[in-house]
Amino acid sequence: MKQAVDVSQLKVDPATRQLVTAGAPKKMSDFDKNALEEAIRTKEKLGGEIITLTVSSEDAKAVLREGLALGADKAYWLNDPALQGTDTWGTAYVLAEMVKKIGEFDLILCGDSSLDSFSGLVGPRLSEMLNVPQITSVGKVTVEGDAVIAERSLEDASETVKAKMPALISVTREINQPRIPSLMMIMKASKKEIVAWSLKDLNVTAEKIGSRTEIISVLAPKMDRKKIKVTGESVQEIAGKLAKAIIQEGVIGRK
Amino acid sequence: MSENKGIWVFSESYDLILELLGKGRELADKTKTELSAILIGNNVQDKVADLIKYGADKVYIVDNPSLERFQAEAYLGILSNLAVAHHPEIILIGSTRNGKPLAARLATRLDAGCVPDCARLSIDENGRLVGERITYGGNAFARITFKSKPQIATVPARAFDKPEKKDRTGQTVKLDLQFESPKTEVIGRKPLTTSNVRIEEADYIVSGGRGLEKKDDIVLLEDLAKAIGGQVGCTRPLVEDRKWFTDWIGLSGHKVKPKLYIACGISGVIQHVAGIRDSKIIVAINKDPEAPIFEIADYGVVGNLYEVVPALKEELKKLLQ
Repeated sequence: MKQAVDVSQLKVDPATRQLVTAGAPKKMSDFDKNALEEAIRTKEKLGGEIITLTVSSEDAKAVLREGLALGADKAYWLNDPALQGTDTWGTAYVLAEMVKKIGEFDLILCGDSSLDSFSGLVGPRLSEMLNVPQITSVGKVTVEGDAVIAERSLEDASETVKAKMPALISVTREINQPRIPSLMMIMKASKKEIVAWSLKDLNVTAEKIGSRTEIISVLAPKMDRKKIKVTGESVQEIAGKLAKAIIQEGVIGRK
Repeated sequence: MSENKGIWVFSESYDLILELLGKGRELADKTKTELSAILIGNNVQDKVADLIKYGADKVYIVDNPSLERFQAEAYLGILSNLAVAHHPEIILIGSTRNGKPLAARLATRLDAGCVPDCARLSIDENGRLVGERITYGGNAFARITFKSKPQIATVPARAFDKPEKKDRTGQTVKLDLQFESPKTEVIGRKPLTTSNVRIEEADYIVSGGRGLEKKDDIVLLEDLAKAIGGQVGCTRPLVEDRKWFTDWIGLSGHKVKPKLYIACGISGVIQHVAGIRDSKIIVAINKDPEAPIFEIADYGVVGNLYEVVPALKEELKKLLQ
C-alpha cells in the first residue's frame, strides 16, 4: 500500500515549471485500494488474515488507518528516512525483507502501478526477489485450492492464467469498486495494530537500498499550442473557418 | 563497470523491435558502440535479415517451438543469461503488458536500475542513458538517468518511428539454451475483438467526453470520423461510469499521437491530456469557455458539440471532395 501524492491536487510554479510537491496532499494510491478491496473480498469468501505493508520515509499513519478501517487486520509500516534515497529497486528489496520477516503468505496483491509515479515496477521486482509466480494487469482473480486463477488483459487478447500459491498478483482499477468504510469500521480500526519498523529492524543498511537511478529533473511539460479560438456569427461560419484551418495545417487533405 | 558494452533491444512485439532499432541505432552511433537485437520465438529465422536492414549489427536468435508465445520465465532466463555473459551497457525493452514486468524482473536479477515508459531517450555528457517519462499523473516529465549498469529502459509502442530499411550487413548468433520452467500456466486466451485498427495507429481521432449526453450520440462522432477516415475514441468516464466503450485514451489507457485529435465535450483533465499530448494538431469543441482543454488545443470552439460537430463534418467533406 503506497502513500502517494494526490496528483489531482498538484500545483505547478509557472515561472520555473517545477511541481510544488512539498506539502502536497497525499492519499492511498488508488490501485492499492483496489488490491486491498480484492483481499477483503477473498477473505470474506475463504477466511484468512489480511496484512498491509507500506514503505515510506514520511508519516503514513492516516493511510495505514484507512486500510485497517477498510478491512485489513494488521498493518506493517517500514518508516525510515533513508528510504528517501531509493527507487523501485530499494522499495521492492525492503518489501521483500518485510515479507520474509513476517513469515508465510498465500497471496500478495498489489496495485498494477501507483497513482503518482505510475511505473509499475515494484510488483514484478518483488515477485522476482521472493521467487514466486507473478501475474500482472489482472482484472479478475479467484482462489481455487492452492492455486490462484487470474484474468489479465494484454494489448490484443485477454488471458486466463493459473499459478500455484504463494503468488503475487498486480491488479488494475477495473477489478472492483472499493468500499467506503463505515463509521463503526473506522472506530474498530483504531484498536488494530500498526507495527512500525526501521531498516535496522530488518538488518538492512542504507547503502544496500541505494538508488540505481537518479532523477535529473521533474518539470511540468511545455505545451506549445496555438490556442486559437475560432469564432463567428453562425455555427456554419465557425465550422467553415475551423475546417479551413485544419486543412491548412496540412495534416489532412487531398492525396 | 567500464566493461559494459553495446546496446541491446528486445520486444516480443516485432513492430516494437523495429521502433527500438531506430532509436537504438541513433544511440549506438552516438556512443560508437554495437547495436544488437534479441529475437526470441518460433520460426523467426526469416526475420533476421530484416532486423539487420533496420539497423542491428548483431542478432541473437533463440528459435524454438516452445517459444511460440511469450513465456515470462523462459524469456527472462534467456535475457538474463545473455546479459550476464555479454555485459551490455544499455537494454531497451518494449513497454507492453508483458514487456514491462519482464524488464522489471530482468533489472532485479541483474541488480540494475530500470526506467519505464520512456517517451524520449538520449545520452548525456558522461555517456549515461537519460530517459524521459510522464510522472505525477501527467503533471510532469521526469528526466532520469542511471547509477549502475546495465541501464534498462522500457519504451512504449509508437514512441519512436520505425526506421528506414537500409542495405547493411550484420552478424547472427544462434543460441541453444535450456529454458527456465514456467511459474504460471496460461489456461485460456481470447483475442480482443476490436473492429477497427488499434487507436494508437490512427492518424485522425474524434474523441468524446462527458459532454456527450447519451450513448446514441456517439454516431455524431462516428460520422465525423468517417468523413476524415479516422477513428472514435473517448475519455475514461465514458468507460468507467457509463460503460459506453471498453477502452479510453489517457495516461492509464491508450496513449495516442495522431496527426489530428478532435476533442468533443472533453474538459481536459490532466490524465486525459497526458494521453494526447503528442498529437500534431488538437482541436477542442466544448461549451464551457473555462474548460482546461482549450489551454492545450491548437484550435478551440466554444460551442455546442451537437451543432458544431455535424457542421464541421459537412465543411470538411466539402473541402476534401
